[in-house]
Amino acid sequence: MAPRAPKKSVRSRGPVVLVATRKGAWILRADASRRSWRSDGPHFLGQVIHHLVLDPRDGRTLLAAAKTGHLGPTIFRSSDLGRSWKEAARPPAFPKVAEGEKGRTVDHTFWLTPGHPSQPGTWYAGTSPHGLFRSPDGGASWEPVSGLNDDPRYREWMGGPQDGTPNGPKLHSVIVDPRDPAHLYLGMSSGGVHESVDEGRSWRPIIQGMEVVDGLDAANITFHDPHCVRISPANPDRLYQQNHCGIYRLDRPGTAWVRIGKAMPPSVGDVGFPMVVHPRDPDTAWVFPMDGTSVWPRTSPGGRPAVYGTGNGGRTWRRLDGGLPRRDAWWTVKRQAMAADAGEPVGLYAGTTSGELWASRDQGRRFSCIARHLPEIYAVETGEPAR
Amino acid sequence: MKVRIPSPLQDYTGKAEVEAEGATLDELLRDLDRRHPGLRFRIVDEQDRMRPHVRFFVDGEQAFDLGQRLEAGQSVQIVQALSGG
Repeated sequence: MAPRAPKKSVRSRGPVVLVATRKGAWILRADASRRSWRSDGPHFLGQVIHHLVLDPRDGRTLLAAAKTGHLGPTIFRSSDLGRSWKEAARPPAFPKVAEGEKGRTVDHTFWLTPGHPSQPGTWYAGTSPHGLFRSPDGGASWEPVSGLNDDPRYREWMGGPQDGTPNGPKLHSVIVDPRDPAHLYLGMSSGGVHESVDEGRSWRPIIQGMEVVDGLDAANITFHDPHCVRISPANPDRLYQQNHCGIYRLDRPGTAWVRIGKAMPPSVGDVGFPMVVHPRDPDTAWVFPMDGTSVWPRTSPGGRPAVYGTGNGGRTWRRLDGGLPRRDAWWTVKRQAMAADAGEPVGLYAGTTSGELWASRDQGRRFSCIARHLPEIYAVETGEPAR
Repeated sequence: MKVRIPSPLQDYTGKAEVEAEGATLDELLRDLDRRHPGLRFRIVDEQDRMRPHVRFFVDGEQAFDLGQRLEAGQSVQIVQALSGG
């Protein structure tokens, strides 16, 4: 695939915000104050980009998960912050099965996670339908993680392509414990939250305390639908989760999730997709509630979008809608489309289904729109580029 | 033999018509991938099934099997349905 060069070189000292959309990707670069933004894009115009991630280990390598409506899935890599791109030699793919057997096919790569700092070049990918893949070489080639993909219990919990979200089941929230490269978490929507302590060779569910849709059996792991799971960088023993059925917190070594979303206002509820955790304060986290009533409109409740934040681990929540539309805004924010930067105070970024990117320089107190008229935004990530 | 390439795949080939060789359609696509790395996986999945929205025509006749034999002098056309919004 021919590499694409940006129109001009942009130098800045602020974070980058990586925006993946249904029709391409954009890279926004801030000045040090995060008041001024310059957009570089589109990259891969017309391709569905589910995730675009900067490798924090070098500040230069980008991986993009791509497909189109008509072409199969692939991964593109850049080692110069998007100035040029190279396609993976072997993108994530399930093993070919014997004649007569029914083999699985990756429809798209949905999630990308850089590996542990002690393992430069290692990346993880989650796919639709459910599959976990690992790259040892910076995303050039990918191998299935058989300990998950081929475990008969997991095959049952994963279900088939018809058992997931409207756009297919998603393996997401691949998390590497910053203290231990062998300690991994992941979420399956649907199919539960799971943990490995042996670098993916074996897995166990962590679903205690998680609720399921009324009338379903909570003991059946298939019915558990985590939307987004995040680890606290400041305290990796703390996990937060936005689930189909509420907002949760888990403090390890405990194994029981606590539904902290019960403290949300009843008129708003605790359904949503994204979950964001403060980079330095394990008690501070943010969600973006959506309307999960009746047929699941997946819009902001009442057409009034708002971030909700907690500063005490979920005991109380505060509405944060300064600068956001006060009414008649029927968009929402997808599970990968909200992120925090490492600034002081922390910057928050939310990409909408209507193609707007909202940013706050003060931990959500006030938002402003820094990009609009983009395609539907699928994912937003931040990063600190190498100087 | 000559292979007609649809526009979504011309980022790989750089042009609409290229040369490739093979005694079967499968061999031809593997040769095409050697010459233009990455192209095959975007139209044939890991189970060696044609992906949705892609069709292959040999001398104007649709081919449904990657094992279909090819003869010297035949031409192959790869067609993609560009539907959707």
